Amino acid sequence: MIGLHELLVVSAVLFVLGVAGFITRRNILIMFMSIELMLNAANLVFVAFARHLGRMDAQVFALFVMALAAAEAAVGLAIIVAVFRSRQTVNIDEMNILKW
Amino acid sequence: MLESEFLRWIVLFPLLGAAVIALLGNRIPRSLVGVLASGTVGASFLLGLAGFLKLKAFIGQGGSETAFLTDTLYRWMAVGRLSVDVSFVLDRLSSVMVLVVAGVSFVIHVYSIGYMAGDKSYWRYFSYLNLFVFFMLLLVSADNIVLMFVGWEGVGLCSYLLIGFWFEDLEKAKAGKKAFIVNRIGDFGFLLGIILIFWHLGTINFYGIAEQAPQALERGGALSVTIALLLFLGATGKSAQIPLYVWLPDAMAGPTPVSALIHAATMVTAGVYMIVRLNVLYLMAPAAMAVVAVVGALTAVYAATIGLVQNDIKKVLAYSTISQLGYMFLAVGVGAFSAGIFHLMTHSFFKALLFLGAGSVIHALSGEQDIRQMGGLRLRLPVTYWTFLAATLAIAGIPPLSGFFSKDEILWRSFASPQGHWLLWMVALAAAVLTAFYMFRLLFLTFSGPCRTDQKVTQHVHESPRVMTVPLVTLAVLSIIGGAVGIPEALGGGNGFHHWLAPLLGNENGAVPAAGGQHYSHAVEYAFMLLSVAAALCGVFTAWLFYVEKPGKAAELANRAPISYQLLLNKYYVDEIYNIFLVQPIKLISTYILWKLFDVRAIDGLVNLTGRMVRGLGRVAARLQTGYAQVYSITFILGVVLVLAALIW
Repeated sequence: MIGLHELLVVSAVLFVLGVAGFITRRNILIMFMSIELMLNAANLVFVAFARHLGRMDAQVFALFVMALAAAEAAVGLAIIVAVFRSRQTVNIDEMNILKW
Repeated sequence: MLESEFLRWIVLFPLLGAAVIALLGNRIPRSLVGVLASGTVGASFLLGLAGFLKLKAFIGQGGSETAFLTDTLYRWMAVGRLSVDVSFVLDRLSSVMVLVVAGVSFVIHVYSIGYMAGDKSYWRYFSYLNLFVFFMLLLVSADNIVLMFVGWEGVGLCSYLLIGFWFEDLEKAKAGKKAFIVNRIGDFGFLLGIILIFWHLGTINFYGIAEQAPQALERGGALSVTIALLLFLGATGKSAQIPLYVWLPDAMAGPTPVSALIHAATMVTAGVYMIVRLNVLYLMAPAAMAVVAVVGALTAVYAATIGLVQNDIKKVLAYSTISQLGYMFLAVGVGAFSAGIFHLMTHSFFKALLFLGAGSVIHALSGEQDIRQMGGLRLRLPVTYWTFLAATLAIAGIPPLSGFFSKDEILWRSFASPQGHWLLWMVALAAAVLTAFYMFRLLFLTFSGPCRTDQKVTQHVHESPRVMTVPLVTLAVLSIIGGAVGIPEALGGGNGFHHWLAPLLGNENGAVPAAGGQHYSHAVEYAFMLLSVAAALCGVFTAWLFYVEKPGKAAELANRAPISYQLLLNKYYVDEIYNIFLVQPIKLISTYILWKLFDVRAIDGLVNLTGRMVRGLGRVAARLQTGYAQVYSITFILGVVLVLAALIW
């Protein structure tokens, strides 16, 4: 059987991958995918504990997170589309309008 | 001690007058301004008279010898041990001062109605003048030294405002500034004196000080002498003695009634009043009294020498004032406090008269002030002439005018008093001779002989209007009969003036044991009196010789001693010396050290440094805002890691 420990490690690895992706990628869509990855890593932790403790609370919470992620993705992508329409780019470095 | 609620109005009426005139002056008719201003001062005089009579009656009916009327307005400040009330006292001394100040001020206000009639700032003048009377009355009726200091500073302020009244003329404005600044130097000493008094005697109330001083201070000790000398420094500033007299001749830039009021009759007497008020304190410091007497005597003769050759009518009178004030300080310095106040009173009569008379002459001659351009005015300005003559006789000390009695008492006491000395008497006598000489010189050059005035001026020569001549006559009457209250016992009088003040004087009422000294008979006193009259007559005769009989003599003497003449004419170059050794160095230090170094580099630098620091910090912090979302996310994640680390460890 897959133990709690293993699930947590996988989840940590996924999270770190998400962070790394978010930090290093330039394409804003890929950054969004990384965010989703991080959220899913968190979900995995919830589900792992739900199985380990035999409770349903955590599973419900995971559903909550998924709903939230969906909503956030919708809004975020809407913003990206709007930005793309004005800047014609998805490169995050070119979306900086600060003077210095 | 009698509670008398009306005392406050003596001081407050002129303040009200000043306020009303200041606020409404440009909207009410001129006549109302003059009447209002004079009225408030007149009301103060009447109230002062009422208070004086009430006090006299109370004492006469068996009240305490040291009784006084008092009126407390409110508690000004109470900090720790220090408690200062705005509280007025009308005792034997302050009643005399109030009567003199309010009385002479009233006369001068009335005179000003005529003198300033053509001036464009008529109401500002009367507002300032009333304000001055308020401060002066505050000064003389305050029951504690802190409140007196308020009045002291206030009269200095009004002096500045009135000297520089015609401030559009730069020289006149500078004169006002000079008066105030020199005064402030003295005030520095005064303030230190006040602080020491409170610190060591625990009280600032005059009666409290008189009580505490003999116990808390060591007679002749360093502390007593220090306090006395510090206060005297303030007096040299306010009352124009050596070394702080230099502002008074320049103060002649102000309107002549101002010179009469402030620089002859009232403000300059504040120093004398202060010493008499604190006579018990001074009696505890004989060394300081000696200094006061010596400075007074020296100033008297010094200023008289300068007055000998001045050609501006007001300058002669200014130096005369300095000289006569020297007499007053000589008197208080040898312990003859009542003599000092007596001379203060008679001097205010005849000196105010002299100044107002000079104003009348200047007014008649359309502004001419140089006595070399005057002459022959005796018949054209009769009232002015005769009143001026009365005042001149008084100041020269010719009996039986008031000046004789007061000056003679000072001369006698400077010799006969326990702290007197024959040298002081000789210096004072010399000054008396000079006084008689230069005053009659002034009289003769102004009124006698051929008319040297310019043709255009001569046409307009006219006697002054009644509003100006009545005050002259009033003061003349006072100058003539004013001595009656102080006729000495040697001449059969009762010297009522002295006995009125005696219960308040430490060396008369036993508060401070007398220093012994010789006792002289009336015959000796009589002899001295004859000597002083003879000296005065010598001065008069010499002046007559030089300026009426043989007009060229004076110029001849000046030519034969050119160096001395130039020295006197240029007032011993004291102003120039002060300028080189004090004024310019202070200006240099102020400009190059205090301003350029301290203010610009240190203080401005500090402020700028703060600004620069904030800017620098801002620049560093701004590096955090790169605009790159990834950098932001790194920061975010770093934060999370740190928090986790903190939690785990």
